[in-house]
Amino acid sequence: MNTPILSVSDLVVSAGRNLQIVRGTSFDIGPGEILGLVGESGCGKSMTSLAAMGLLPHGIGVTGGKILLNGADITHLAPHQRVKQGCGRIAMVFQEPMTSLNPVLRIGDQIKEAVRVHDRTASPPARARELLDMVRIPDAAHQLDAFPHELSGGMRQRVMIAIALACRPAVLIADEPTTALDVTVQRQVLGLIRELCDSLDMGVLFITHDLGVVAQLADRVAVMYAGGLVETGDVVPLFAAPLHPYTAGLMACLPDPTSDDPLLPTIPGSAPRPDEIKDGCPFAPRCSRVQDRCRRGPVPVAFNDLGQSARCHFPLNHEVPA
Amino acid sequence: MLRYVIRRTGAAIMTLIAASIVIFAFIHLIPGDPVYVMLGDGATPDQVAALRARLGLDEPVVLQYLIWAGNALQGDLGHSVFFETPVTQVIADGAETSILLATMTMVWIVGFGIPVGVLAAMRQGRWVDQGLSGLAMLLASVPTFWVGLYLILIFAAGLGWFPSSGYPSIFEEGGLANLRYLVLPSIALAAPNAALILRLTRASMLDVAREDYVRTARAKGISPTRVVVRHILRNALLAVVSAFGFTFAALISEAVVTETVFALPGVGRTVVQSILRRDYPVIQGVILIIVCLYLVINLLVDLSYRMLDPRVELE
Ligand SMILES: Nc1ncnc2c1ncn2[C@@H]1O[C@H](COP(=O)(O)OP(=O)(O)O)[C@@H](O)[C@H]1O
Ligand SMILES: [Mg+2]
Repeated sequence: MNTPILSVSDLVVSAGRNLQIVRGTSFDIGPGEILGLVGESGCGKSMTSLAAMGLLPHGIGVTGGKILLNGADITHLAPHQRVKQGCGRIAMVFQEPMTSLNPVLRIGDQIKEAVRVHDRTASPPARARELLDMVRIPDAAHQLDAFPHELSGGMRQRVMIAIALACRPAVLIADEPTTALDVTVQRQVLGLIRELCDSLDMGVLFITHDLGVVAQLADRVAVMYAGGLVETGDVVPLFAAPLHPYTAGLMACLPDPTSDDPLLPTIPGSAPRPDEIKDGCPFAPRCSRVQDRCRRGPVPVAFNDLGQSARCHFPLNHEVPA
Repeated sequence: MLRYVIRRTGAAIMTLIAASIVIFAFIHLIPGDPVYVMLGDGATPDQVAALRARLGLDEPVVLQYLIWAGNALQGDLGHSVFFETPVTQVIADGAETSILLATMTMVWIVGFGIPVGVLAAMRQGRWVDQGLSGLAMLLASVPTFWVGLYLILIFAAGLGWFPSSGYPSIFEEGGLANLRYLVLPSIALAAPNAALILRLTRASMLDVAREDYVRTARAKGISPTRVVVRHILRNALLAVVSAFGFTFAALISEAVVTETVFALPGVGRTVVQSILRRDYPVIQGVILIIVCLYLVINLLVDLSYRMLDPRVELE
């Protein structure tokens, strides 16, 4: 990969003084690349993305690590401070299109507001129309006057993407942007994101709990478990041969259309909450390959020559290092 | 929009008719002969007969109501038994004081309650917020007359900054400077209501601040002030606006007390005195006017709510 535009290293996000929600997460995203961040709900995906946006809620903060956007340190800057310091080209689309737009403002005004902040030379109405065209909203000129409640969920999510694009983002974060949508609409929005990523040469952090969506959309994958990344790699080799037992477990849970067994396998147990994580590998209590040393001390990272890496003592599909 | 206004006005008129029947029936609910009650024990038969004729009490009840309502529609609310002048005249005499008092009170409620509520919300949990919320709690729970008496004690009797009672018209000597007579009463009257609006504004700001669309607004990189004013406050005011109908109702009954405490020559005091004098035509007239005002204000509140919130269908 060439020089990353978004570089997150050893990110720690804590609630209060010492409850770690995200524990030392690192990843890079390059231009025109989609990184799919997957994990069960509650594992810290949203907190990671909100930290990258400078939008962590009250009482939760970044207590370690660094977030660089094109080399500029944005770790502790809120969005309006980033704009002021000229490093505001990062935007986010949220999970809930139904509640993410201001109900009393016309969508045109909500888009123009973002245009005015980031683009002093553009004419806001013209740029707003252009943005609606970019996200394939039919009859853009007319839709600018609509209120959010007059649009469907899919259309609202397109408006959210248009608002995000107003800053000409180098990186777009999409936090489960299609989870709340119908399947057909979901496919359209995914297609749109892929297309925009290619045409604008934009890096995308695409968050989902759905491994199927990642396989379809992402260039690279990062698997998150209990606040930390357990495996990263390019999408094709990772799906062909996962290193981490958790990744393998997630993939076994994907429905297989050729199988006639109606019961899907599951991973026994449930993911620990941030306050339940103990020493050693957090996946150890649920892991089928667990051995004594998994339960103590730091876990080493195993690499293969396809660029995959996993935090595991006993990785799958991997010859034990000498 | 127009259809909604028409439908809503129609409903208000129905309410008004119902209210007018109750107000009219009021005179017949008096135990015994209302004429004796009004005139007192010492009335001569001639006086009784004259008043009975003037009030139209010899006609059938339904006809009496129609005559009374018809006259009211033409601006004739009958005659005061005590002053022997038209009721409209008696009310008009107190109107200047009451209208100015109400206006000044509203200025305090809106100008103090909303901005301070916003301030408290923005300093949530800090000492400014805790101090203001405590003060609001205190003011909302003490009776108006008590606040009034304390204001008189401190700012009139003690410091001598403001007069303690009475109100000479602004059209008389002194001109607009006479408004200082209304400062303490309007503050007393505003205090509990401003406190309620403050608490409502604060709570509603904090609710809205948690909404997803506020996070979207922040993500755009607009200034925090703009987030508060354009996104949080704008939506928080929806809840506050709809509370103004209730505030108005509370103001009316508290105004009666305040005008009495400060000896203001307003409509409220006229009502109290008319009750003591058993001057029923005046009481009926004032209540009828209050009902009209109340309906108009609620109609305006409804309409402005609907204009502020595009989600509400006007049909
Ligand atoms: N305000 C908070 N205080 C403490 N813990 C929180 C708070 N908000 C979320 N969490 C915890 O942070 C963890 C990660 O949440 P989140 O990032 O939303 O997960 P995901 O997006 O992967 O579903 C969850 O276990 C949740 O319980
Ligand atoms: Mg989430």
